[in-house]
Amino acid sequence: MVSSNTPDSASDDASSAGATKSLNDVVIRMAGNSQDGIQTIGAFLARLAGRSAQDVMTYMTIPSTISGGPSIFQVRMGTGDILSSGDEADFLVAFYEHSYENHIGALRKGGVLIYDSDHVNPDTSDIDCLAVGVPITSGTIEAVGGSAKEKGKNIFVLGLLCRLFDLEVTKLTRLITEKFGKFGEDVIRNTMLAFDAGYAWPADNIRDAYFKLKPAEEASGHPQITTDGNTAMTLGLLTAGVRYGAGYPITPWSTIMETLRTELQKYGGVFVQAEDELAAVSYAIGMAYSGHTAITGSSGPGLSLKMEALGWATMAELPLIVINVQRGGPSTGLPTNVEQSDLMQAIYGSHGDSPRIVIAPQDVEDCYYIAIEAAKLAKEYSTPVIILTDQALASRIEAFDEPDVDKLHIDPTPDLSPQGEDFKPYPIEEITRHAAPGTKIEGAPYPTVTGLEHDEHGHPTGNPALHMKMTAKRRDKLRKLARELPRPEIHGDDSGDVLLVGWGSTYGPIREAVIRGRNQGQKIGHVHIRHLNPLPPELERIFSRYRQVFVVEMNDRGLYGYGQLATLLRARYANPAIRSITKTDGLAFKVSEILQGVEALSGERNVNVSNYPDV
Amino acid sequence: MTTATATPEEPKLTKKALTADHPTWCPGCGDFAVLASFYRALEQLNYPHENIVTMAGIGCSSRFPYFVNTHGGHFIHGRSVPFSAGISLSRPDLTVFVFGGDGDGFSIGGNHLDHVARKNVDLTYVIMDNQVYGLTKKQTSPTSPEGFKSKTDPWGAIDQPINPMRKLVNSGATFVARSHATQVKHMVEMIKRAAEHPGFAVVEILSECIEFFPGAFDSSVKRKGGEFITIDEEEHDKTDLTAAMTLASEPWPGRFGVYLEVIRPTKNAMEDALNAKAQAKAGTSAPAELLKSTFAKMR
Repeated sequence: MVSSNTPDSASDDASSAGATKSLNDVVIRMAGNSQDGIQTIGAFLARLAGRSAQDVMTYMTIPSTISGGPSIFQVRMGTGDILSSGDEADFLVAFYEHSYENHIGALRKGGVLIYDSDHVNPDTSDIDCLAVGVPITSGTIEAVGGSAKEKGKNIFVLGLLCRLFDLEVTKLTRLITEKFGKFGEDVIRNTMLAFDAGYAWPADNIRDAYFKLKPAEEASGHPQITTDGNTAMTLGLLTAGVRYGAGYPITPWSTIMETLRTELQKYGGVFVQAEDELAAVSYAIGMAYSGHTAITGSSGPGLSLKMEALGWATMAELPLIVINVQRGGPSTGLPTNVEQSDLMQAIYGSHGDSPRIVIAPQDVEDCYYIAIEAAKLAKEYSTPVIILTDQALASRIEAFDEPDVDKLHIDPTPDLSPQGEDFKPYPIEEITRHAAPGTKIEGAPYPTVTGLEHDEHGHPTGNPALHMKMTAKRRDKLRKLARELPRPEIHGDDSGDVLLVGWGSTYGPIREAVIRGRNQGQKIGHVHIRHLNPLPPELERIFSRYRQVFVVEMNDRGLYGYGQLATLLRARYANPAIRSITKTDGLAFKVSEILQGVEALSGERNVNVSNYPDV
Repeated sequence: MTTATATPEEPKLTKKALTADHPTWCPGCGDFAVLASFYRALEQLNYPHENIVTMAGIGCSSRFPYFVNTHGGHFIHGRSVPFSAGISLSRPDLTVFVFGGDGDGFSIGGNHLDHVARKNVDLTYVIMDNQVYGLTKKQTSPTSPEGFKSKTDPWGAIDQPINPMRKLVNSGATFVARSHATQVKHMVEMIKRAAEHPGFAVVEILSECIEFFPGAFDSSVKRKGGEFITIDEEEHDKTDLTAAMTLASEPWPGRFGVYLEVIRPTKNAMEDALNAKAQAKAGTSAPAELLKSTFAKMR
C-alpha cells in the first residue's frame, strides 16, 4: 500500500508543487545492483518514449566488476528538446538500503521515493519527499512464483512506472515481447506476470498528485529511433560503407566491435578480433591499403598502443577511421566513467610530426552522422581520422529522427581503375591518391607504401628538402580542410559577457546551462567544436565578441591551469579571455555545475566544479 | 594460395617485369638469392601481375618489397603479418606475400605470427633468418645461438634462442617449410608450394649475414664442409604434428624441406561461410535495405 511513513509536510509541499508545475519532462533514477536488470527497464522506458515521439535521454553507470556492485540508470523523458539527463531526479526507485543511502541526495526537493520495502527501511523524516514503500521483491516472487525467485523485479517496477506515468501499455508489452521473444513462451509469460503485478499496484494517489506527462505532439511524422551512442556510431559506419575493421576488447569500446562483428556479416564484410591493439590497427590499415574505408577503435589505453601504426598511416597517407571511446585515465583509470582527457593524445599522440583529423560527436544522433563524416574525410584527405567519443555517449540512450539511408549510404566498392605512366601516388601539390593492389599500372612502376620518407612515387628518400616538402604536404591538406569546415553555430547570445566553449558529450548540459543562464538575465552564448583538429574557421572572431570565454571540459586543468582544449585554444588564438571550467569526477557535467563554474570564474582563478573539494 | 593464373593472352610474368630498385644489401648477403628465388617462383606461378602483393616489416630483409615491382609496402616493425592478413581477408582476389627477418618475426612480431597462423589466414610468409640484427649493426637476435658475441652481448649471448621450426610447427600454421639461401632450386620449390597452399604458409630460410655473422650456416653448405640434408617426404608424415615437432627438435643444423602440410579451413573461407549464412537469414544483402530493417527494430 502507499506509504504510511510519508511525512505530512512533505506530502503537502509536494502536492502543491505538483499542482503548480505541469510536467514537460520527468527524471526517473533507478538504483540497484548491476544484476537487477535496471538497464533493461531504463532502455524499455527510453524506447517507449521514443516510440511515443517524446524526447528522451538516459544516463547510466555500470560497475566495472563482472556482476554485482551498485548500478544506476537514469531516464529523462518528455516533450521538447531534452538536452541533458537531468541534474536531479523527480523520482527515485531504490532497490536496496545502499541504493537509498547513496542516491537520496539526487532526489529533488518534493520528489518521490519508491523503495523496496522488503530491503529498505528509510528514515525520511528529515527529507522533503513522498516516500512510498512497495514490496518489490516479495510482490515479484508472489506474481511469478516457481523457480524464478526474485528475477523479474525490474519488470515489476516497469509495470509500476507504466501505471504512474500513464504510459502506453500496448506499445510497452510489444517491446517486452520483442526483447524476450527469443527466450521462449515461459519467459514472456513470467515477464508479463511481473509486469502486470507492478501495473496493478494501487499507486493512483501518487500519480494524481504528481506526475502527468504532457502528451507529446505528434512530431513531423518522421519515425524516431531510440538507441545508444555506440550503436548509433556503428550504424553510421555501416551507412558510410565501412565493411572491414579490426579491434580488441576494452570497455567501453567493445560494444562497437561486437555489433560490427555480427552486422558486417550481412553486408559481406569482416570484422577481425585481433590478438592485441597493435595487431588490430595493423589489420585495419592493411584493409585500408586494400582500398576499403576501414575502421579500428579502442578506449584510452588501447589508443596509446595504436599510436606507432597511426603514425605510419599518416606517413603513408592512408584513410582510416579510429574510434576512441574515452574513459577516465590515465592507465586503467576509471574504466566505466567518463572523461575527455584523450584530446592531446588524439591530436599529438604519435612520434614525429604526424598531423591527423580529430573530430568529436556531440550527442547520440551525432554519433551516427560523425561516423559518416569521418569516412568521407578519411577518403577525401587520405589520412587517419580519430573520432573522440566517450563513455557517457557510448551508453546513453536518446531518441532521434530515423536517418534517410537512401540518401546517406555510400557505396564501398574500391576503385581499381587502371593507371598509366603518369601515375604518382604522392604528388606534392595535390592530395594523395592511392592505387590499391589489384590496380593495373601500365608504363610506371608499381607503388610502394612505406613509413620511410618518400618521393612522389613512394620511393624512400632521405633528401632533406624532400622531407620538408612532404611534411608540409601532409600538414597543408589539413589546412585546406580547415578552410572548408563549416563555421561553428552559436547558441544563445551571439555576443556578450560569457561564451561557453565545449566539445563532445558536454553539448546538452552546456546548451541547457546557456538557456538557464539567459533566463536569469545573463548575456551568454555557446559554441560547440565538433572539428578539433584542424579547428574550424572564424573562432577567433566569435571569441572576440565576448568578454570572457570559458572552455568547459571533463579533464584536469593541468600544470598551467587550463584544460586540454583550453590549452590548445590559448596557444592557437593567444587570447587571455580563454579560461577553463574543468572537472575530473568521472561523471557527466550537471547543468548546475556549469553555471556554478561561470559564477565562480568571475574571480581570477580557473575552477574545478565537481562536488568534491577543489584538489 | 588459390588465385587463378593469368589468362593466355596476358604476357607471361618475367623477371624483368618483376625487377625494381637494385637491392641495397651488402655484397654477399644471402638475401640476394632469396630475391632471385622469389622472382623465379613468381615467373613460374604466373599470377596476374597487379594481384601480387609483396609486404614486409622492418629490418635488412624487410627492404625486400622495394626490389620487387609489384604492389606492396614496408610496414612498421613486427606488424606486417597482421597488416597482410588485413589485405588477405578483405581482398580475396589478391595473392599476399610477406617477407621479414628473425627479429621482425620471432621477437617484436612473435605474438602476431602465432595468432595469424592459428587463424589460418591465407597468405605466404617468408622469414629470412640470419641470427643477428643486421640493420642496427650486430645486436643479439632471438635466434642468435648461445655464446654469439654481439654488441649487446660482447661476452657471448646467454639467453636460450628460439627454435624457429618448433615455434612455427606449434603456431597453427598449416604449411611449414625450411630452406637455405645457398639452395636456389630448393627455395623456389618451397616458395611455390607455400604460395599454392590454401592457408597460412611459412617458409623459414637461413640467410647468411656476411657482415655480422659470416659462416653462421656453413654446417649445411657442402663446399664449406657441411651437408644440406633434406626431409624425405616419403618417410615423413607431413600431417603429423608430433613427427614435425620431432624433426624440429633435431640438433643443429637440422633438415630442410616441408615439416608440416595440413589442410584446415582458412579464416577467409570460414568468414565467407558465416557471411553467406547471415545474408541468407537476413534475406538481402542490399545495404540500404539491411539498414532500414535494423532501424525498424529501434523504433
